[in-house]
Amino acid sequence: MKYVVLIYTNPATWSALPAGEQDRVIKVHNDLIDRLTETGEFVNIYRMADAALTKTVRLQGGAPVVTDGPFGEAKELLASLWEIDVAGVGRAIEIATPLAQYCTVELTPVMDAAGLEM
Amino acid sequence: MTADPRIEDLLRQLAPQVLGTIVRRFRQFDLAEDAVQEALLTAAVQWEAQGIPESPRGWLVTVAARRMSDQLRSESSRRRREDAVAARLPSEVLGDGAADPDEDDTLTLLFLCCHPALSPASQIALTLRAVGGLTTAQIARAFLAPEATMAQRISRAKATIKAAGTRFSLPPDDERAERLSVVLHVLYLIFNEGYTASSGPDLQRSDLTVEAIRLARDLHRLLPAEGEVAGLLALMLLTDARRPARISSNGDLVSLAEQDRRQWNAAAITEGVGLITDTLSRAPLGAYQLQAAIAAVHDEAASAEETDWREIVVLYQLLERFGPSPVVTLNHAVAIAMIDGPRAGLAMLAPLADDERMAGGHRLEAVRAHLLEMDGDRSAARDAYRTAARRSTSLPEQRYLEMRAARLADHR
Repeated sequence: MKYVVLIYTNPATWSALPAGEQDRVIKVHNDLIDRLTETGEFVNIYRMADAALTKTVRLQGGAPVVTDGPFGEAKELLASLWEIDVAGVGRAIEIATPLAQYCTVELTPVMDAAGLEM
Repeated sequence: MTADPRIEDLLRQLAPQVLGTIVRRFRQFDLAEDAVQEALLTAAVQWEAQGIPESPRGWLVTVAARRMSDQLRSESSRRRREDAVAARLPSEVLGDGAADPDEDDTLTLLFLCCHPALSPASQIALTLRAVGGLTTAQIARAFLAPEATMAQRISRAKATIKAAGTRFSLPPDDERAERLSVVLHVLYLIFNEGYTASSGPDLQRSDLTVEAIRLARDLHRLLPAEGEVAGLLALMLLTDARRPARISSNGDLVSLAEQDRRQWNAAAITEGVGLITDTLSRAPLGAYQLQAAIAAVHDEAASAEETDWREIVVLYQLLERFGPSPVVTLNHAVAIAMIDGPRAGLAMLAPLADDERMAGGHRLEAVRAHLLEMDGDRSAARDAYRTAARRSTSLPEQRYLEMRAARLADHR
């Protein structure tokens, strides 16, 4: 079962962390990717560039209105997106747990094109 | 790999044989597997342009051995011992067109790729590459994963096998039954991955059923006395036979009861029925054989109504003894409903609501909906179909369940 793991962070909280602590957290994430590669549960990752590079596009009277920065006023911004393939929701939560320090993690199963099993 | 299906078939068939030869000569499975993969890719390009060589197997062995010794030689400043081995080996290997015709390494390779130290996902990827002769890119496409991820998965799997100190030989007798069941499970998973996906637009994925059947056939040829191997092959054939009728012309799933049985593959059914009938008469019973026997009863019935449901119930009772699971109980309940009526089936489902393997999933609701519909409780059936549709993560299944719900809403 494929899940998308959305990891949100608050840039202010993150940049206030001492450098050693940032490195430690990044290592937790990278080590987990290594382990999931080993178990075959890791599928893909996208790491988001700085939110200053994000554009939000809206239509006003049929014309595009482009603004800088992410949509909404949220303090927490999308930092990375993982795709994992796991046995079920229990395992997905287990994987998300160590990622949740300083981050909010959202798990959503993704629809696939599979039909019934034999 | 190549546009010419003849070349593709030949390469797939030769892949495990060539790999076996290279591993036995050079010992190092991880490097040998890379060398053979490169030789296969080279062959795919060259043979298409220049024709198939006179001894395709000899050609592949020669090219793979050359890569292997190049690789070993490049490490030689650090590892002189291996250099000595590499320098001695090429002449032995290069002259070797059809080495060890009596020894089939496919079996040893299957056991190695389905090593218990690996996760199922890694076992599958490694089996498809080393035994199936598929490229990393093909495997990645089949599993809808990036090629880099699949390459990493395969190289980690090989490193794990190396770290486990595995030798290139068949497992000892006392481990054999357990290791064989892992191999069978991996082939079952490959088949299922392709079969469930065959409703989607991506034909690449349904190729996995063809690949799984090919591997199961090989295994059956090597181990003809193993009842569960024959059972799994029969199960695949009898299931795959219904594939042409599973999807309607507009891409919707069609339930077994509503399939046009004239579209079923008669040759596959004849072969599967023959195989399972013969196996049940001579081998100790097992779960794959029972599932194949159930599939055979369905495949031999001219319509859903004419199905021998009593026989199916007996087979499910046996199957619950061999491998009880909530999914088996669901199917058992459907068969009971066909004999004793939908309420008897619904009563069987009741305990499953507390089973955590079923809770929150769509399957129990989908079967409950079906039985409620049979019982004439249209509004409860509609609600259950809708709940099941909401919970499903499969697009075609969701469409199917919504269509069933809509049908009940229309005919009030």
